[in-house]
Amino acid sequence: MVPQALDQVTVLDLIQYIAGPYCTKLLADYGAHVIKVERPGSGDPARHMGPFFRNEPHPDKSGLFLHLNANKHSATLDLKGAAGRRAFLQLVEEADILVESFAPRVMPSLGLDYQVLQKVKPALVMTSISNFGQTGPYRDFNSSEIVTYALGGPMYATGIASREPVKPGGSVLQYHAGATAASATMIALWAAEQSGLGDHVDISLMRVQASNQDRRSTMLIAYQYTGLISTRSEAGGQRLGAGVRPCADGYVALGGDGPRFERAARMIGRPDLLEDHRFKDSMARAQPGRSEEFDEYLLPWLLERTKLQVFQEAQAHHVPAGPINTTADLLTDPNIRGRRFWTTVKHPATGAVIHTGRPFIMAETPWRISTPAPRPPASASTTGRC
Amino acid sequence: MGRLGMGSQEVASLMASPARRRQADPLPYNAGDRQSRPLPRQLPLAGVRVLALTVVWAGPHATQLLADWGAEVIRVESVQVMQPNTRGRMVKVPKNMPPAGWGTAYPGMEPGERHWNRFALFQSHARNKLSMTVDLRNEEGRDIFHRLLMVSDVFVENNVPETLEKLHMTYEELVKIKPDLVMLRMPAYGLDGPYKNYRSFGSHLEGTAGHSSIRGYADMDPSVLDDSLMGDAAGGVNGALAVMLALRHRRRTGKGQLIELSQAENFLPYLGEAVMDYTMNSRVQGPLGNRHPYFAPQGAYRCRGEDRWVAISVGNELQWKGLCRALEEPAWCHDPRFATGLGRWKHHDELSRHLDRWTSQRTNDEVMHLLQRYGVPAGALLDDRDLYRDPHMQAQRYFQELVHEDAGTHSYPGLLWKADKTPNEILLPPCRLGEHNPYVYEEILGVSEQEYRRLERAGHIGMDYAPHLP
Repeated sequence: MVPQALDQVTVLDLIQYIAGPYCTKLLADYGAHVIKVERPGSGDPARHMGPFFRNEPHPDKSGLFLHLNANKHSATLDLKGAAGRRAFLQLVEEADILVESFAPRVMPSLGLDYQVLQKVKPALVMTSISNFGQTGPYRDFNSSEIVTYALGGPMYATGIASREPVKPGGSVLQYHAGATAASATMIALWAAEQSGLGDHVDISLMRVQASNQDRRSTMLIAYQYTGLISTRSEAGGQRLGAGVRPCADGYVALGGDGPRFERAARMIGRPDLLEDHRFKDSMARAQPGRSEEFDEYLLPWLLERTKLQVFQEAQAHHVPAGPINTTADLLTDPNIRGRRFWTTVKHPATGAVIHTGRPFIMAETPWRISTPAPRPPASASTTGRC
Repeated sequence: MGRLGMGSQEVASLMASPARRRQADPLPYNAGDRQSRPLPRQLPLAGVRVLALTVVWAGPHATQLLADWGAEVIRVESVQVMQPNTRGRMVKVPKNMPPAGWGTAYPGMEPGERHWNRFALFQSHARNKLSMTVDLRNEEGRDIFHRLLMVSDVFVENNVPETLEKLHMTYEELVKIKPDLVMLRMPAYGLDGPYKNYRSFGSHLEGTAGHSSIRGYADMDPSVLDDSLMGDAAGGVNGALAVMLALRHRRRTGKGQLIELSQAENFLPYLGEAVMDYTMNSRVQGPLGNRHPYFAPQGAYRCRGEDRWVAISVGNELQWKGLCRALEEPAWCHDPRFATGLGRWKHHDELSRHLDRWTSQRTNDEVMHLLQRYGVPAGALLDDRDLYRDPHMQAQRYFQELVHEDAGTHSYPGLLWKADKTPNEILLPPCRLGEHNPYVYEEILGVSEQEYRRLERAGHIGMDYAPHLP
């Protein structure tokens, strides 16, 4: 088999739900040996969250768990007992990386803070993923996807003015914190392998959002520069020639604003509008109401075309665009299929199921799913299979 | 930075001897006010040099994460071409343009002199980086780039794929010059396939990648969907991860490689539950607004004041009991319809009306602190000003004041993460166009003063865009 980037790297995974597991999924899928330490009995709570295979709740059939935990090996340890603790410290000695996502008070209360673990393994990289970080007044607050977005992210400025602000879809913030943790862990490992000294990486979901290159960091700087607070507009993302618009079979996102407006006018076969006093230059186009005025020409054009046709014609005119694809569309999208993105994973409880594939393609050290997600812990034994 | 005035023989020897390449002074490390702490360790990526031909956000964000932790990231820019939506929308910004929000923000709402060094959208990722200029459209510019590449480790770009083909800067061409090159390419859709050269910004890409079909108000037409640019952020952090994996592999084996990160594909695993629901159950998920598939109540609730909100999310029985206690057990908490998680989820609208009445009499800060005391996930919706004043972010010393020669002195969002043993902060303000030309041309490449002047006249070196640009 072609070697992978993280062959010979061992990761201990004391994590649950989404952010931590996505971090170690990225490492596992690029070759790391990940030992997932589950709590005795019910195991990772994500096993009990849907969607479930054929809608049957079962700890072996959670789509969320199967998605996040392929390639990992499971061990069951009771960290509160002496035998479990001893077994855990033995695992730490063998490990290069420990990723944990307990509430910040838990590892110290178990006597397993970084000071202790580094004595066992000086080069250990320990990555702690938490809602608010290991310090500060909100450290012990509880959180969830929407609360993280409210406090750290640009939720206040997302949505339309007359409605409540609105969060992103699904659990994307938690996945993103996991990916951020994976990149941070690798930066710390790079140094640890050189110096022999590890580090304790502190990932705060709130902080990742506050720094986020999804608009938030720019909005914060814009506020410093102008004193203006970003807020919701009544138009949502609608601007002149840009935003989401209906077409023959669904919706499409367009980017015919700013310096690309002239291309958008040509795309719909109306270059004459560039002579019109309402659209002739950027000053004229910045006046209120222009978006609705241009829609009188744009919408009929869109409604005669499917979203894929709009996508293609927009691209031919160098107008950025994208169809609003559903999950069903994604599975048939010719580009994603043609590039062999999807991967099939066989699990004893579900049979073969299509999963998402590689986030990026490394020419020399491939991404790979070698084993499906581990079965649930059998009982409260102190050591398990690894 | 001083001028060394090396001759061409010295340049040749610099190129020939890989051992000399680390002689360039490391970036100054300012230990700041940390006298009580041990001397800071060297930053993890000290000694790694990254060239970046990156635009807008996704590529720049990847190199930002590397620059923050010690890599020397050099933005390869040009005074002959203004990259789209990167340092601004155009060189000749019309006077008296009505303000259009964060996407076009400048200090004091005035583009001003050298506005390309004052554009908020650019400043958000450009700290800790260096900027050099070179015109890559001609042979001489490409030769300069090749010389720089030879003494670098990584090259990151996120242009439309055909752009690099036209510039003869594909991996296949560059690996001949730098055999152990690590190159990260971040096209919107891929280096092959029918969408290869399709152009997209974040909000279009999130449509193509499926996110936009599951976000937004559940009861409204998707036309009102706001921009979401999570795909840029996702491309950035995963790009940084990819570079680290490849650098480590190179350190162990001596081999570089090409990494292809399709921004759309990179985002798809973030939608894992929705994808699995379709592949396992053929169910196409749609938007849920602020609701959760299992948690209830969950939403943004109106608070006292103008347009003030709090997010509340009750995920289990313990949190529900906490909520009832925090509200001092109003009668509706004991409504039998709300006795189970499923019941609360089914009667969510009514539950939300009760909660709204309670929150609207209180400030969002008050609601958050009260509910958190009872273990209920709750958070005020912090606008830009609120976040700067937030006691948690202040206690973590998150924001950092930076002095910028063209933009003035402002407080900026800080680093994304912390490492206990490696105290760190933003060391350099956002780079100005061509600011580090003297360092790059003279200290790294050893160009003589005379040659430097000639390269200025030839349109490679400069700090102002060419006058003919729109």
